[in-house]
Amino acid sequence: MYRYDAFDQRLVDERVAQFRDQTRRFLAGELSEDEFRPLRLQNGLYIQKYAPMLRIAIPYGLLSSRQLRMLAHIGRRYDKGYGHFTTRQNIQFNWPKVAEAPDILADLASVEMHAIQTSGNCVRNITSDHFAGVAGDEIVDPRPYNELIRQWSTLHPEFAYLPRKFKIAITGATNDRAAILLHDIGLQAVRGDGGEIGFRVVVGGGQGRTPIVGHVIREFLPREEILNYLDAILRVYNRFGRRDNIYKARVKILVKEQTPEVFAQHVEAEWEHLRGGPATVPDEEIARLAAFFPPPPYETLPGDDVAFRSAVADNRAFSNWVKRNVFAHKVPGYAIVTLSLKKTGVPPGDATSDQMDTVADLADAYSFGELTVSHEQNLIFTDVRQSQLLALWSELKDLGLATPNVGLLTNIVCCPGGDFCSLANAKSIPIAEAIQRRFDDLDYLHDLGDIDLNISGCMNACGHHHIGHIGVLGVDKNGSEWYQVSIGGAQGENAALGKVIGPSFAAHEMPDVIARLLDVYVDHRHEDERFVDTVQRLGLDPFKERVYAAAH
Amino acid sequence: MPQLIKNGALAEDRWTLVREIASAAELPVTKPIVPLAFWLAADAQIHARGDVGVWLSPADDPALLGGAAATLPLVAVDFPKFTDGRGYSTGRLLRERLGFTGELRAIGDIQRDQLYYLHQVGFDAFVVRDGKDAHDALQSLRDFSDGYQLTNRRTPWFRRSGTDTPAATSTGRAIE
Repeated sequence: MYRYDAFDQRLVDERVAQFRDQTRRFLAGELSEDEFRPLRLQNGLYIQKYAPMLRIAIPYGLLSSRQLRMLAHIGRRYDKGYGHFTTRQNIQFNWPKVAEAPDILADLASVEMHAIQTSGNCVRNITSDHFAGVAGDEIVDPRPYNELIRQWSTLHPEFAYLPRKFKIAITGATNDRAAILLHDIGLQAVRGDGGEIGFRVVVGGGQGRTPIVGHVIREFLPREEILNYLDAILRVYNRFGRRDNIYKARVKILVKEQTPEVFAQHVEAEWEHLRGGPATVPDEEIARLAAFFPPPPYETLPGDDVAFRSAVADNRAFSNWVKRNVFAHKVPGYAIVTLSLKKTGVPPGDATSDQMDTVADLADAYSFGELTVSHEQNLIFTDVRQSQLLALWSELKDLGLATPNVGLLTNIVCCPGGDFCSLANAKSIPIAEAIQRRFDDLDYLHDLGDIDLNISGCMNACGHHHIGHIGVLGVDKNGSEWYQVSIGGAQGENAALGKVIGPSFAAHEMPDVIARLLDVYVDHRHEDERFVDTVQRLGLDPFKERVYAAAH
Repeated sequence: MPQLIKNGALAEDRWTLVREIASAAELPVTKPIVPLAFWLAADAQIHARGDVGVWLSPADDPALLGGAAATLPLVAVDFPKFTDGRGYSTGRLLRERLGFTGELRAIGDIQRDQLYYLHQVGFDAFVVRDGKDAHDALQSLRDFSDGYQLTNRRTPWFRRSGTDTPAATSTGRAIE
């Protein structure tokens, strides 16, 4: 993975010193709350419902075991012994003290981490494919480009006070696992006519209050122009994005109001000035960054491990886990393993400090000391030998991280919601838990197959409800918590926004509502048809009828 | 106490900011900073004075200055609220595209914690907001020793740190 040199390290150290002084001046009354707010947000610090929340950047989701141990330490020392992995591949701590935030940042800097621009109206942490580097469908390993863009965005002086937050996602693969159509900018690696690498550029996607699937504004951008083109997009947005209304300030609104064609013309005109200029990325720089992401020292192994195959045949629990949580690797004899943070009774995405420490040890033992956070709030070991899967499974089971539910109904994506977040209209974690408890029959879950159930506690959509096959949105009705249900959303290259089925429900009705949606699917599905495919084939009506007939 | 920081030090302000002006008759005798609209409508005599500066609002397009950008002694950019970041792009456009080499002055809600980035995008003068200590603010210009981006140094870090400069090699950024 990328390692800081003296230059990178000095910048994060200087950032810690800067924020320490800003915090001191705030606590001394020299900075008002309004003056301090953008400064603390750009260092990841929110003032939440019960306590501050600190969001730490995990650039493109990639962590070393050493860094994970530091996160465990932070959870123990400054928080209540756990952290929450987010849908943007970051981690947040819900109980730190404002006065201690600079100390946490200093601890992070000691392991080449930071919380820079994890909030605020600026370019946020870059997200990417959680299978980067090992996916069989990869055109190019996106990680050198992720790092290039991480550096470009970090402390970018021109774009620190944008109209609103700005999220960039990058994939190097043909199957989109980074939701690039639902970001302010989505970049997908493609090859040009001569085999050269470039990017398809998507802008103006996003969830939140006005969910929109992004538009392609350029089919092929030569890779060396990437920073010039990003500067051009951001400059057009910074200058012309709306600042009069916070709800219309995202770039997707500017793209919509200008039309994608006109927005693209503005970007291209700006790019013409920058094209070939000093920020053009030389091949040497890309090669320098790529050298940080060599393939690990794989052994030469047979494609199928015999002992592994016989364990799958003999052990039903193990085989269930393999079926759901283990994915094909491009190197023979290796596998990609997802550690599920979706055990029933545990808030989705939460991990204790003790779990983090043990996961760090397991990463060292089984996966070359690295792991990836996925946007579905799970952890991923990208390089496990097939012959070691049984041993790893057994250790993960003891840790509570082997729930065989990846891709299934109970692999719920969920924001912290009203239990923690001051923006939330409703709680989300108890809804997730009630659904997980209701659907605890593994055979039934496996029979249902792939279903993305996503829950957000408000329309900011941190739980990505718009792209859930089933999406649940917490809404406030006269001070009480209700839940609006949508179906038919999808992530990936066929990203779609779910459609609301009708009036919202009380919390206690939610497991029944989900059960009725599933009943319609089971009654009508064709063979090998996923829930979302059935919704797309039949439309909303049969689902609505069943849900609301029973409710009234 | 002076509120102007110029070229990294406190300085006495010899310019007069003219927020609104109806006619040329109201123009101060020396060194006025006039609104862009006034400048664009002004006659050749005013354009030829050589001691008139222009201020831009966040929405003003600096390209409207045209060829004058290369000869104006001072351009000020207004930040009505420090969270309105449009002026940062204005600064880079003036410096990097329009050939402006005079004093680039940040005015309005200018505070210590924004000075470093403003300096990075080309501002070399700052009128610190009333109620904030300009001497204090001065320190923030040294918040960071360097940056990744193409900024007032005119090249991004990866181009400044190539193999051609031995000094840069010692930072570890050389190509291995």
